Amino acid sequence: MSSTEHTRRDFLYIATASMGAVGAAAALVPLVAQMNPDASTIAAGAPIEVDLSPIAEGQVIKVFWRGKPIFINHRTKKQIEEAQNVNVATLPDPQPDSARVKPKRDQWQVLIGICTHLGCIPIAHQGPFNGYFCPCHGSVYDTSGRIRSGPAPTNLLLPPYEFVSDTRIRIG
Amino acid sequence: MSGHPTYQPQNAFMKWMEARLPIAGLIYSSFVVYPTPRNLNYWWTFGGILTFMLAVQLVTGIVLAMHYTPHVDHAFNSVEHIMRDVNYGWLLRYVHANGASMFFLAAYIHMFRGMYYGSYKEPREVLWILGVILLLLMIMTGFMGYVLPWGQMSFWAATVITNLFSAIPIFGDPIVTWLWGGYSVGNPTLNRFYSLHYLLPFVIVGVVVLHVWALHVVGQNNPAGIEPRQESDTVAFTPYATIKDGFFLTVFLILFAWFVFYVPNYLGHPDNYIPANPAVTPTHIVPEWYYLPFYAILRAVPNKLGGVALLGASIVILAFLPWLDTSKVRSARYRPRYRFFFWLFFAACVGLGWLGSKPAEGVYVYAARVLTTYYFAHFLVVLPLLGRYERTLPLPNSITDDVLKRGSAAAVIAFAVALAGLVGLSSPAAAAEADTPPKLRWSFAGPFGKFDRAQLQRGFKVYREVCQTCHGLALLSFRNLAQPGGPGFTTAQAQAVAGEYDVPGEPDDQGEVKERKGRLADRFPPPFKNDNQARARYNGVPPDLSVIIKARGYERGFPWFILDLFTGYQEHGADYMAALLTGYADPPAGTNAPPGTFYNKYFPGHFLAMPAPLSDNRITYDDDTKPTADQLARDVTAFLAWAAEPHMEARKRIGLQVMIFLIVFAGLLYFTKKKVWKSVEAH
Repeated sequence: MSSTEHTRRDFLYIATASMGAVGAAAALVPLVAQMNPDASTIAAGAPIEVDLSPIAEGQVIKVFWRGKPIFINHRTKKQIEEAQNVNVATLPDPQPDSARVKPKRDQWQVLIGICTHLGCIPIAHQGPFNGYFCPCHGSVYDTSGRIRSGPAPTNLLLPPYEFVSDTRIRIG
Repeated sequence: MSGHPTYQPQNAFMKWMEARLPIAGLIYSSFVVYPTPRNLNYWWTFGGILTFMLAVQLVTGIVLAMHYTPHVDHAFNSVEHIMRDVNYGWLLRYVHANGASMFFLAAYIHMFRGMYYGSYKEPREVLWILGVILLLLMIMTGFMGYVLPWGQMSFWAATVITNLFSAIPIFGDPIVTWLWGGYSVGNPTLNRFYSLHYLLPFVIVGVVVLHVWALHVVGQNNPAGIEPRQESDTVAFTPYATIKDGFFLTVFLILFAWFVFYVPNYLGHPDNYIPANPAVTPTHIVPEWYYLPFYAILRAVPNKLGGVALLGASIVILAFLPWLDTSKVRSARYRPRYRFFFWLFFAACVGLGWLGSKPAEGVYVYAARVLTTYYFAHFLVVLPLLGRYERTLPLPNSITDDVLKRGSAAAVIAFAVALAGLVGLSSPAAAAEADTPPKLRWSFAGPFGKFDRAQLQRGFKVYREVCQTCHGLALLSFRNLAQPGGPGFTTAQAQAVAGEYDVPGEPDDQGEVKERKGRLADRFPPPFKNDNQARARYNGVPPDLSVIIKARGYERGFPWFILDLFTGYQEHGADYMAALLTGYADPPAGTNAPPGTFYNKYFPGHFLAMPAPLSDNRITYDDDTKPTADQLARDVTAFLAWAAEPHMEARKRIGLQVMIFLIVFAGLLYFTKKKVWKSVEAH
């Protein structure tokens, strides 16, 4: 067998094998893609609007956006002060209260109500700081939703939202 | 057979492993050095094809189960959810649905091959019986899978097939109630069918392992029907059989892909796109094509128990084939008389399949009786006697002799054509005596067809201004109007459309549900609250139009239904709809329309509750198109065709890529196979 024939045969084998590999890989695409959120789930994850006017001072309400509970806390003066008068440098995840609310909207605290430890839902108005307390593994958050003690690594996350009027927000 | 090399582990880990679990050695001896007769023709590749199809059905089935809801209220819509919303859901479902047909096609070819070459004879009886068990399991699995979409055919198949058991004396009725888990086919039935449909494929996998095990004990039969005697009679499984199997599997996949991408509903029935309705049986119910011969046998007997018993016997008798065939010679090549009767039997099976698709009346029933008689006579009379009286031809001395004397198979093509015909027989007979709708030219017909955006937009206008008063579009969301491959609205336009509809909102603080403006994610709200309201208002329940184009059709008749398979013409539902919308006329003299109904040339039964909905200039178009009644009908039909199959354009586009890939890959595999086999072909 001459060497050119050798090369030609090898080329054929390699071409066939690689084409088979490409085909197998392409067949995986739909199998993997089908696990991602489908079109109806994505569409249902569109922004929602929430009317703030019925929420009394000191009240926390839960709304759902993309299946996540969003806490809307209408904070009292005392809660706002407590949140602001903290030495930020001493916090596990240092962040001033002003970075966690919209400017001039101190009274409205909007949080994703999911503990940053392992995803349980913290209870409002509980724990040493009268903020949030996660019953699963004992993480304690203050009235700004910042982690103060316990296993959670970071502050409660903030959803994307904006004020469309003084009493309406759009989440998402 | 002389001993072939055993697996020698090369590295330390494999040596360690081999001493504890010799799985590499098992694979090596079973699928690498395993000797296979060198004269196997392409009919022997169907074992591998079946294994592949089983894997395809398992993988797509497991994936579909992630999105399907086994509940009578949600099953139909969850299947449509898969078709519309799940990423590549339409592909996965069409692969699974057509995969079942391809699986049966391959299984039948595999069985006929076994019959032709006498593969069931000593020492392969157990191998054959395991195959019959596999067929039975496939039949059960396929049937239960067909029930899951919960369309009209699903529901009535479940009803009819479970009622087969009611033929059993004394215990029949309690058994049927037990199967249903209720007093009729209902939610418990659907749930258990789902559970069993998920279970049985794994049972099939188990029996396949036994089947392959038995095969590897007795070795493969071959076209000469004689055992290998010398080294040169066999070749190693890898690479010789593997590459040959791989090549023909790819050829088979081309056929499979044609069905999936271009005629995905060809083998199904339009009625199964109508949600299950326990109050109405479809006028002509037939099973899927692969059950038709058995169905014909069932109906050939004018006695309930007799029909069911014969149906069961027609499958069970296969298990006795190794003893009913008394000839010592295996292959039909050396049995000229048997060869004749084999093809007669094959023709009887195809004939029974055809009769199974026809209404059970008149001459069809008599023909079915004749063929049923032959079906059983073949096993009970012909085969036992042939073995005794047939003069067989001399067998070759060895497989090597056989190979060197003859070229490769040629009868192959006739067989393939016959099988293609069998596949083509699946279409049901015409329902009632309605006129045949004219075949129209649709921009979206054929392998390269696309929707005409402007036409879809006009059609949507017709729907909103005319049809919507009575007909819902429940499976469609406003966002669909802006998705690729659709009417081409912008997201803003779709949002504006949504805003013109009122949909029920969330309960407010007082618990009151108020209507709110529609959003992109919302579905089109229904025009009536429930069926009773619709009956009170419209003297009937106007059907939802979401999948109406796929839920309607008409009999194209021979030879068109076969040609449609090759041209990819699937627009029967569209033809029917356009014809129906403009098919109103005065009833023929002597017939009177029942009160509240109108005469239509194309409606099965002719009298329908919907008055002629369209007329010239009924609405005005925004573009220059003249709004004649014909034009309105075509436009709204095109819109509804898109609504029924919103991913059609993606399907055909991906189909083209897959086809090109498969054809090139098959070519490469062919030449690779030639290269690999070159060394053995000479001696």
